[in-house]
Amino acid sequence: MAKVLVVTSGKGGVGKTTTTAALGAALAQSGASVAVVDFDVGLRNLDLVMGAERRVVYDLINVVNGDAKLNQALIRDKRLDTLHLLPASQTRDKDALTDEGVARVMGELREKFDWVICDSPAGIERGATLAMRHADLAVVVTNPEVSSVRDSDRIIGLLDSKTLKAERGEKMEKHLILSRYDPARADRGDMLKIDDVLEILSIPLLAIVPESLEVLRASNVGCPVTMNNPLSAPARAYIDAARRLRGETVAMSVPSDKKSLINKLFTRRAA
Amino acid sequence: MNIFNLFGKRPSARVASDRLKLILAHERSGRGGSDLVLLLREEILAVIERHVAVERDKVQIRLERGIGVSTLGVDIELPVTVGGGLAAA
Ligand SMILES: Nc1ncnc2c1ncn2[C@@H]1O[C@H](COP(=O)(O)OP(=O)(O)OP(=O)(O)O)[C@@H](O)[C@H]1O
Ligand SMILES: [Mg+2]
Repeated sequence: MAKVLVVTSGKGGVGKTTTTAALGAALAQSGASVAVVDFDVGLRNLDLVMGAERRVVYDLINVVNGDAKLNQALIRDKRLDTLHLLPASQTRDKDALTDEGVARVMGELREKFDWVICDSPAGIERGATLAMRHADLAVVVTNPEVSSVRDSDRIIGLLDSKTLKAERGEKMEKHLILSRYDPARADRGDMLKIDDVLEILSIPLLAIVPESLEVLRASNVGCPVTMNNPLSAPARAYIDAARRLRGETVAMSVPSDKKSLINKLFTRRAA
Repeated sequence: MNIFNLFGKRPSARVASDRLKLILAHERSGRGGSDLVLLLREEILAVIERHVAVERDKVQIRLERGIGVSTLGVDIELPVTVGGGLAAA
């Protein structure tokens, strides 16, 4: 029986899709069977970040409507056979997703996998609430920046009211991933402090993912960052996050990409 | 210039633009989309079902969009009767 995890944020462009792919791959790399599900109907991107865009045949809406079976729509990753993608539709919109249909598909996914990770669209509308509806736990992705933190607060409110778990009167498990963190800016005092964000949102910290060129490189080539460069700083942050999700205790740190001396001199001069 | 380029590894931005051009060409043409695949699946199955009983769940369709051509793979599990032959529809 799977754990269903939603990756959500409210604000757009903070790193939900990056996080879904990286966590999904990290969990699958440790041997668990994983499905990542794209709920961003009409604007699918998880297929691109996972490098599966050329192989999409059916999508979530086809399965919800019964035009295809779940196992016909799931795309198995070519590099990691425990990792699977259920793509979003590119041509239809979210109104084609019925509540009952989504409930049925989530039930089927739950039986097949150890982890089901739902990539939420931005916003607080139906697409975002559908993505979180069946979740057992949530990862809230936040950038250390005022509007992102405020939107995360809205989303936390929705997680505590609009999910099935909340409606049953149970407590929704929530974790924070602070993404695109820039230690240099933090040192200069130009970025919200980690402690301040944690105090404002008051949910436990799952990872601090630094701003890194490796995320861009990974998405360019269509490979989750944890697979594309497992030793890079963002990959290490996501791999630790996946271990914490599996219940391990891992000391919290801000991973950094080690730079050579020349590199350091160069960036200092360029700054 | 990145040192890896000397060993023939393409810069990631080149890979990105090649991937984008390919997928956008397919999306813009409106072909090779899931609607066409649905249609092809139905017609291929209809032909086969004239001769053998096919379980719809046992049909796997694979698609790989490429430059200039795409490949469509249809895997159909055909039931075999106890006598050894294919089960007639
Ligand atoms: N840690 C990071 N370092 C550098 N760039 C990052 C990082 N995380 C995400 N990005 C970049 O930020 C952009 C948005 O990321 P992503 O698509 O994952 O966000 P999203 O929350 O899914 O967006 P949307 O709300 O549009 O779905 C992408 O270009 C991605 O490469
Ligand atoms: Mg996204």
